[in-house]
Amino acid sequence: MSDYKPKIIVFCCNWCSYAGADLAGVSRLQMNPNFRIIRTMCSGRIEPEFILTAFKKGVDGILLTGCHPGDCHYISGNYKALRRYNALKLLLKEMGIDDRRLKLEWISAGEGARFQEVINNFIKTITELGPIV
Amino acid sequence: MNTQKIGAVLVVGGGIGGIQASLDLANSGFKVYLIDSAPAIGGIMAMLDKTFPTNDCSMCIMAPKLVECARHLNIKIIPDAKIEGLSGDAGNFQVKVRKKARYIDAKKCTGCGECKKHCPIEVADRFNQGLTRRKTIYIDYPQAVPAVYAIDKNNCIGCGVCEKLCLAGAINYKDTDIVENINVGAIILSPGVDVFDPKVYTKFGYGIYKNVVTSLEFERILSASGPFSGHLLRPYEGKIPKKIAFIQCVGSRDPQVGKNYCSSVCCTYAIKEAIIAKEHSKNGLETTVFYMDIRTFGKGFEDYFNRAKEEYGVRFIRAGVSKIEEISETKNLILYYENEEGAIKKEEFDMVVLSVGLVPKPDMWNLSRILRVNLNNFNFCRTSEFIPVDTIRDGIFVCGTFAGPKDIPETVAQASAAAGRAMALLTESRGSLVAKKKYPDEVDVSNEKPRIGVFVCHCGINIGGYVNVPEVVEYVKQLPDVVYAENNLYTCSQDTQKRIIEKIREHKLNRVVVASCTPRTHEPLFRETIREAGLNQYLFEMANIRDQCSWIHMYEPESATEKAKDLVRMAVAKARLLAPLKRVEIDVIQKALVIGGGIAGMSSALLLAEQGFEVFLVEKENELGGNLRHIYKTVENRDVRYFLNQTIEKIRANKLIKVYTNARIKEITGFVGNYRTKISVGKFEDEEIEIEHGVVIVATGAQEYKPTEYLYGKDSRIITQRELEEKIFNHSTTEFFNDKTIVMIQCVGSRDNERKYCSRICCSQAIKNALNLLEINPDANIYILYKDIRTYGFKEELYRQAREKGIVFIRYDDAKKLELQTENGKLKIKIFEPILKEDLIIDPDLIVLSSGIIAEPNNAEIAKMLKVPINSDGFFLEAHVKLRPVDFATEGVFLAGMAHSPMTIAESIAQAQAAAARATTILSDKKYYAEATISSVNEELCAGCGMCGALCPYEAIVYKEKDGKKISSVNEALCKGCGTCVASCPSGAMTQYGFTKKQIMAMVEAL
Repeated sequence: MSDYKPKIIVFCCNWCSYAGADLAGVSRLQMNPNFRIIRTMCSGRIEPEFILTAFKKGVDGILLTGCHPGDCHYISGNYKALRRYNALKLLLKEMGIDDRRLKLEWISAGEGARFQEVINNFIKTITELGPIV
Repeated sequence: MNTQKIGAVLVVGGGIGGIQASLDLANSGFKVYLIDSAPAIGGIMAMLDKTFPTNDCSMCIMAPKLVECARHLNIKIIPDAKIEGLSGDAGNFQVKVRKKARYIDAKKCTGCGECKKHCPIEVADRFNQGLTRRKTIYIDYPQAVPAVYAIDKNNCIGCGVCEKLCLAGAINYKDTDIVENINVGAIILSPGVDVFDPKVYTKFGYGIYKNVVTSLEFERILSASGPFSGHLLRPYEGKIPKKIAFIQCVGSRDPQVGKNYCSSVCCTYAIKEAIIAKEHSKNGLETTVFYMDIRTFGKGFEDYFNRAKEEYGVRFIRAGVSKIEEISETKNLILYYENEEGAIKKEEFDMVVLSVGLVPKPDMWNLSRILRVNLNNFNFCRTSEFIPVDTIRDGIFVCGTFAGPKDIPETVAQASAAAGRAMALLTESRGSLVAKKKYPDEVDVSNEKPRIGVFVCHCGINIGGYVNVPEVVEYVKQLPDVVYAENNLYTCSQDTQKRIIEKIREHKLNRVVVASCTPRTHEPLFRETIREAGLNQYLFEMANIRDQCSWIHMYEPESATEKAKDLVRMAVAKARLLAPLKRVEIDVIQKALVIGGGIAGMSSALLLAEQGFEVFLVEKENELGGNLRHIYKTVENRDVRYFLNQTIEKIRANKLIKVYTNARIKEITGFVGNYRTKISVGKFEDEEIEIEHGVVIVATGAQEYKPTEYLYGKDSRIITQRELEEKIFNHSTTEFFNDKTIVMIQCVGSRDNERKYCSRICCSQAIKNALNLLEINPDANIYILYKDIRTYGFKEELYRQAREKGIVFIRYDDAKKLELQTENGKLKIKIFEPILKEDLIIDPDLIVLSSGIIAEPNNAEIAKMLKVPINSDGFFLEAHVKLRPVDFATEGVFLAGMAHSPMTIAESIAQAQAAAARATTILSDKKYYAEATISSVNEELCAGCGMCGALCPYEAIVYKEKDGKKISSVNEALCKGCGTCVASCPSGAMTQYGFTKKQIMAMVEAL
């Protein structure tokens, strides 16, 4: 199990969390490499189907990230992401997938260190959960 | 002599004000030179952690503007520069600008930062307020624009290490200053301010006690990019503080240090810092603010103050701190202060934040001499209330804190206003100096099979040092549809751009992927490159293998290389599905509708008409002027009647302005560029007019609150401030000789349970009227009963005068309400005097109620027609409280004056000019170009459920009938491309160009 490298997708919004990820890089904050970022303009763009398909295709964990409440570049996209997230969590449970495999976090463009912390914690959680069986 | 005006503007100072002015000008047909004395633009706002009253992250909201400035074809940023001379006149100035040697070739530097790693010399970091140290080869902050390093030659020892390390060959030790003459038609001054240096107050021990910091230092401490990475720690030993004191008015409201003005922002920023500090601290933090008056006079500030007290438990003590002592063992601090009851108290804190005021920069005197503009008594730029962004010299305008202390939204509004004034001056030369790039025709690739070229960047050793780039290139070559791949030392360098174009032609590439840094900064460059090669710019995709890979996995080269391969594979998977996109062109009707004929509406109309745009000015009353018809003198004693008449005459004389009085808006339909509005005109509403216009400015104003309290309306001796002002200036003055004792009551209808907000102008208005009363009747005893005196900015001087002239100020608060009674026909007021600690009875002859400002009741109706929001107090709600103060989220609709919130005449005019300037960015072009990555509906699939329209934050989705079926339709002019409608569509009918479901799924599946 010690060699287990989870497959993790991190969805970032263009304006806040993606910029926060960049800042983590600019600040050379080191973190666990087992995640891949997909950028959308807004966290409100994330379709539930992306997540369900990803789990179906063998992804072990999905992290949704967006602007802090009130900071959304598109006024309220992050709230819509939050609503879908809550619904998805319920759905995952129904499907027998541990709902800790899906997480939503707010990360601002100025929070490089928070990006690092969120990533490391999430990968730790997923690593402990192990592959979806 | 050539009398042609120059279609270029010099903007001095690249803080948020200079940035806004530059963008407005460059987006409406003018060439802009933006100079800054620092190596990077950004100013003070770039240093802030959060912004009040929404606690927005400062850098998050500012960075997009920085980047827009950097990449704008018609903005030339000149850092490290200052003005040395000026000749010429308005319309045609010659400005001599000295650009300090940077010792780095800005064209070659890629901002990779390799140079600084081995630089042996460290000095105090100005950007972090000296709390950290930086190398002598440095960049101000990670998001700096331009993203180019600089050598601080004063501290450089010339060891040559950086030169050896720089693979781009950008270091040039022999660089020299360059003096150039810039020809412009107008100049906008936005040099900003410094913060007050509190060392002169020896009582606070700043500079000696390590745990006494300024508010700007504290801002850096709170910042995630600050000295402690956002951990709230004491500077002395890095301990987590448990008790922090904030001391207000340090370098403000103090004639002894020559600063008898209020810095306007410190109360609210201290509240913000106290709130944010509490949020940072997980183990409980006590924060205490020591203050004279809390001046939360801006929109939403009073509510912020109340929340700080009630929700966050920030403690507020009305007291001046007389002394701070440090305890030598613990480095804690003892504050001595005298409370309101006159008792001397002391209390221990482990950190103290001095809320330092705003002061002009030291070289402003010199600048004013070169430019021949006037400064006021405090060395801020002198302006006038009726032309708030003009200097004494024609063609030179001013905005932001240089014109007086103010917050970010006011600065931004003034910046747009100054840009607007420059636009009006240079109208005839609009478009004469702007560059428009010529591109080859786009090749149609729609029927071709994807042929993808991939360029993988070493970024010097930034990527190549950790990721095995050649291995990635070999890997990429095997991916489907990749016909070409190579690696570059710097993919962003000029020679590589040429190379990419050659390779596109050589290999007939129809999609390009660059694997390098972040698309946030570099995507526009590469899009531009492929466009030059004849490809549609959206046939491009980027893989971020530096910021989000090599830099964050520096000790795991194998994992980093694997990750880089994955990221490129995902990018290629998306690239295969890319389609050419177009920004939709919309015809713009170059006319404006201005709703409201008060001073804001009239100012907007004039500025637009001066630029040659037709304006429809709609006023509901039967004459123009609005609230100004009831005001006679400003706080600076200027004649309002004269100004109002002059303005109305100008409006009437301008053929481009069509005025409708007694007019009511009945219906507004359409969208940016194309509105159609029905107006009913005349007292009997018997005439209906239909107009077409491209933009709307909402300037509906506000009203004076008609009090229901304090026997108002029941006794003729009780009047409002406005009624008093009418009496002072309209009636014979003799009637005041009888009124020996006059009591003014502040905050009537403001800051109470019903209307929680501060009406901003009543304090100054009361003092103005009180001083005018004293002129007429020097024997009068005037009492002003107040909660906090909010004479912000230079109005503080008025407050000082009032006290000097014997006007008595007595504080009351909600806990001990004022009592007003009539006894045997005499008025009696009972008030608890906090210093004497007893009830005081006053027998006034006249009571003047400083009644607040309330929103126009018909705002809701207008808001509904325009689909724009209003806040809970009934005022209109702007697109962003900090950076878009006169915009609505709906494109093409703008906001000015008291429709926004209570404000002074000068502030209304500045906002109105700002709204007009913002509207000009749309009106000045015959076409409006919508975003390209917007949503679209597949009409076959749409079931017309309406989910998408309900979620759209921009009201961009409308319903239409097609073949008897109700379906959604995207208004391309209004869609901003967030994609939330796409995610919500249950039938898969919505799609977002550039982020289609297929494209994102392809990335997911490629992993």
